[in-house]
Amino acid sequence: MSTTQLMVKDLVEKNGRTRNSLMPVLQGIVQQEKFLSEEAMLSVAEELDISAAEVYSTASFYTFLDTVPRGKNIIRVCKTITCHMKGKDEIINALCNALKIKVGETTHDNQFTLLTANCLGWCHKGPVMLINDDIYPDLTVQKALEIIGTYAKKPQ
Amino acid sequence: MEKTLKKVDIIFEINKSCSPIAVLDRTLQRPADEIVLDLIDSGLKGRGGAGFPTGLKWKFTRNETSDVKYVICNADEGEPGTFKDREILDRVPEKIFVGMTICAYVIGAREGYIYMRGEYNFLLKSLQKKLDDFNAMLTKKEIDFQIYFNSGSGAYVCGEESALFESMEGKRGEPRNKPPYPTVAGYNNKPTVINNVETLVYTTMICHMGPARFKALGTTDSRGSKVFSVSGDTPIPGIYELELGMPLQDFVDEFGDGDAKAIQVGGASGHCVPRKKFNDTIIGFEGIPTGGSMMIFNSSRSMYNVLHDYLEFFTEESCGQCTPCRVGCQQLLKGIEAVKKGDKPPTYLDDLKKLTGTMKIAAKCGLGQSVGNPFNSIVDNFREEIIY
Repeated sequence: MSTTQLMVKDLVEKNGRTRNSLMPVLQGIVQQEKFLSEEAMLSVAEELDISAAEVYSTASFYTFLDTVPRGKNIIRVCKTITCHMKGKDEIINALCNALKIKVGETTHDNQFTLLTANCLGWCHKGPVMLINDDIYPDLTVQKALEIIGTYAKKPQ
Repeated sequence: MEKTLKKVDIIFEINKSCSPIAVLDRTLQRPADEIVLDLIDSGLKGRGGAGFPTGLKWKFTRNETSDVKYVICNADEGEPGTFKDREILDRVPEKIFVGMTICAYVIGAREGYIYMRGEYNFLLKSLQKKLDDFNAMLTKKEIDFQIYFNSGSGAYVCGEESALFESMEGKRGEPRNKPPYPTVAGYNNKPTVINNVETLVYTTMICHMGPARFKALGTTDSRGSKVFSVSGDTPIPGIYELELGMPLQDFVDEFGDGDAKAIQVGGASGHCVPRKKFNDTIIGFEGIPTGGSMMIFNSSRSMYNVLHDYLEFFTEESCGQCTPCRVGCQQLLKGIEAVKKGDKPPTYLDDLKKLTGTMKIAAKCGLGQSVGNPFNSIVDNFREEIIY
């Protein structure tokens, strides 16, 4: 068994072998591998005894369940109106320049993926970004760059 | 009766002499029917936005015959401009757990779920511990009820109750046809009470203070108070609990920066109110209801950009299941871009308004049905900004 298959087996055992466990299982895979590979989805289908098309159907619906490879750290900058008014464009531009990628792309060293997101629920403290599960409100360009710096230094 | 702006403190009140657990112990001694009558009497309506009377929801579910029933807390707060549920989850989670347990006692449920949006996963670490303690307390008291967390994965439409059930069942978050309503067939097709985070806290507090004190706040159509999320052009953004039924002008006087030209009441799917209507607009179910989102725009803002942002949001977040919403959102967005560029005449805006009428009738869920709210209120009041 590959490591992916073992991980899926483990997640299914933890969450229960039912259709209702599909979301937590997929979320668990994304937590560890950052995206859902074909191998992962096929092995979920097998473990839960449902069609692979069903797994892909659910996975492809949700923004946070990526089916294309992502970097180790996923940055999501809120782009909805209040953050827009508070200057999310400057933040995004600064991140693009610093990481040398465009929105939607992943850095060559696979450290960062830069994405935008719809309202993250911090309209009183915009602009705001989410890195993996951690939230960073009240951003300035300098603050955003410093935060990225600390992630770049983190041992993987 | 004319109301004025009044701040209240019910949701976040920390009462040392009467903990939420004490409220729970006391309430579970009372007959379930009496609790339902109190809730109906209080006039509490759902605080998520739709405003269905909470007492009736509990009563309908209580009256269903089924071995299995569920209580679900809708914490999939995704409406742009809303962030109150996050604060409630963070600051007074026990009041939510107690509300759910009281509901379970009333309707006869043994399982409860909190479906929280994935964007709030950072809260899980501390919340899970508090929930584990609460569940252990229930077990110790031999109360046959347990609560679990479910996470969303970044889909706005899952805040729609039937889409939320689909998501919990491991499917695409596509809303169901109604009826049947959740009180008859909700999660796993079993009778389900699904309430917003804030609503559940109010049920706890009504059990604590009695319906009379709650009813004394607000107006005939909008009883009680509500937590507002204030953002945009304001010197004091944040969350505030206010009595319902105030004129919008009072709100602007308190929170505006002195130059407010429009308020978006109720988030992207709500209504835009221009300055000239501040005085005649009541915030409540008799005027403009809101799930709590209040976005303030001053005269430096282009309302074209605001509408464009909202339409982009809906185009991305439409689940794509029904044609009126999937195609409608795209056409509205393309339409205002074409009018702005001069590719279409200004009268094209009236055709687009007709399209929102079709969406209101034909779309399957609240998402598609309500796109016309921001579209028409912004186009009608700021037409020149959309065209030029």
